[in-house]
Amino acid sequence: MEALGNLLMGFQIALSPYNLVIATVGIVLGTIIGVLPGLGGANGVAILLPVTFVMPPTSAIILLSCIYWGALFGGAITSILFNIPGEPWSVATTFDGHPMAKAGRGGEALTAAFTSSFFGAAFAIILVTFFAPLIAEFSLKFGPPEFLGIQMLTFSAFVGLGGGSVPKTLASIFIGFILAAVGLDIISGQLRLTFGTVELMRGFNFVVAVIGLFGIGEIFLTVEEGLELRGVQAKVDLRTVTRTLKGLPQYWRTFIRGALIGSWMGIKPGGATPASFMSYGFAKRLSRNPETFGKGAIEGVIAPETAAHAAGVSALLPMITLGIPGSPTAAVMLGGLMIWGLQPGPMLFKEKPEFVWGLIASMYTGNVIGVLIVMLFVPFFAAILRLPFAILFPSIVYVCAIGSFAVNNSTTDIWYMMLFGVVGYVFKKLDYPIAPMVLALVLGDMAESALRQSLIMSQGSPMIFFASPISAVLVTASILLMIWPFISSYLHGDRAV
Amino acid sequence: MRKADIACGFVLLFFGGLVLWESLELKIGWGLNGPEAGFFPFWLATGLVICSTVIMVQPFLDHSSSGWPPFVKRGAWLPVIKVALPAFGMVALTEAIGLYPAAFIYLAVYMRWIGKHRWITTVLVSILLPVVSYFIFDRWFLIPMPKGYWPWISGLY
Repeated sequence: MEALGNLLMGFQIALSPYNLVIATVGIVLGTIIGVLPGLGGANGVAILLPVTFVMPPTSAIILLSCIYWGALFGGAITSILFNIPGEPWSVATTFDGHPMAKAGRGGEALTAAFTSSFFGAAFAIILVTFFAPLIAEFSLKFGPPEFLGIQMLTFSAFVGLGGGSVPKTLASIFIGFILAAVGLDIISGQLRLTFGTVELMRGFNFVVAVIGLFGIGEIFLTVEEGLELRGVQAKVDLRTVTRTLKGLPQYWRTFIRGALIGSWMGIKPGGATPASFMSYGFAKRLSRNPETFGKGAIEGVIAPETAAHAAGVSALLPMITLGIPGSPTAAVMLGGLMIWGLQPGPMLFKEKPEFVWGLIASMYTGNVIGVLIVMLFVPFFAAILRLPFAILFPSIVYVCAIGSFAVNNSTTDIWYMMLFGVVGYVFKKLDYPIAPMVLALVLGDMAESALRQSLIMSQGSPMIFFASPISAVLVTASILLMIWPFISSYLHGDRAV
Repeated sequence: MRKADIACGFVLLFFGGLVLWESLELKIGWGLNGPEAGFFPFWLATGLVICSTVIMVQPFLDHSSSGWPPFVKRGAWLPVIKVALPAFGMVALTEAIGLYPAAFIYLAVYMRWIGKHRWITTVLVSILLPVVSYFIFDRWFLIPMPKGYWPWISGLY
């Protein structure tokens, strides 16, 4: 019950007028970011990170996490009204959401989506409230080998469960780690991989990389595809909302299934997208009328939205307890933590309880504010996408440039942003996953020092990773995950013969 | 697509090779403080070299010629270049005259010539956006944006 007492303390922080205003601003900005092409949760948070340097850390994390919730809500709006998934995890929402909107049931679809998002989030937040302190307590015993084990597990999950090409996923991870190693070596103090230039001495900032990879790269892609935005009008009035809400409880199974899938998948990195597809798949298979799916079944909106939002919330669980982010957006927030002078990891619960519990309490307040705001202002958010592209695109590029410059006050970073934009464009076209690269860039220093410290402890023997039961399990599990694609393709090959 | 895959693999191979070479310079063995500075990058680069080799070889082993769409759809190069070039231009201008004037020129040029918007809309948006962001960042959050090399321009604001 200690958690409840802490949560109350957190609410006192999250409900202070200043933090409530911050949360509202975050939700509005986040929803706009989620609606706009080229701006998503990760780079929206990255662009606004410099703004938080002047705030107290707790308000800063509230702002950033609320932008994240807003972006999750915003993704549903574009998916349903415009058939454009603002984020990868909203793809499954388009399957039934857009047909509903075309059939004049847009208001219904939006209400269902927002309610499911809210339910999924609430479910996962309750899990976070009770499990986060336990996990943090448990991981206090972790040393460098165990942390390296967790990191390995994180990255092997991308290889084993990501579903993409194995060499391309690995290449993306290696590139991220190599970019993170550029600059000053934290242990020996030597300069590394600078090729004798002054520009490379500071290393690569992950914020700039995120803005370039996700923002600029995405814009190039959108332009190439020549997207035409033909939205469907929808109004969300009180009658539609109450009518839809009355009909929703009969789908309680879909809700709970989605929330469970989302919370479980979200802990693993990159989990929100597979969670939304998985939840959609289950809903379709177990539905009484599966033939309506894809033509505007309300369950087809509930299932992916519940799972995606639950996964989005539970991605923060490993971030605050272990210092390992579960998604690119969480990775950017983790980077923010370090910039604000906080040491991410289990000690955070002991040293900065007001920060951790303020954040957890703000998840409750943020999502309540979020669901109210998006319900009330859907037409406003949808109108943003009706702005002409020739105004939207240069404005987004301009805002991205401001964000990358502001991190370090360096114009070189704006060049890097453009460079990462080109890399992001090419990688997306060639199916290199980008999320593992971003995570590796953020976690690079931590992973390297965990590895080197472990090796120092064992005087160079790699057997230290199997010395303690926890790290042995973690390392073995990650090795199994790494080779899983080969095993599964072998099994499939067998069956095909 | 196939050629692009091989080309990209080659670039990565080259990049991995560069890193390998640099980390060998830094020493990859066991020093006074445990593993030396080049240790971690060395193994990463080794991994990258292996992966990029596999990526480059794979298209040659895959004989199904059907599943290779072109890297960029026919005619889609032009819009991408139309977006990319002005953006690079803005960054270059930022170095010289500062971010706000560069943004003004960039927005105006883009909206007028690519978006074909009316002059009045063009001028309004391209002036308003930099001015508003000037007040938000330089004034409110006290994050000064780059002002460029020429003092007579930065002296204006």
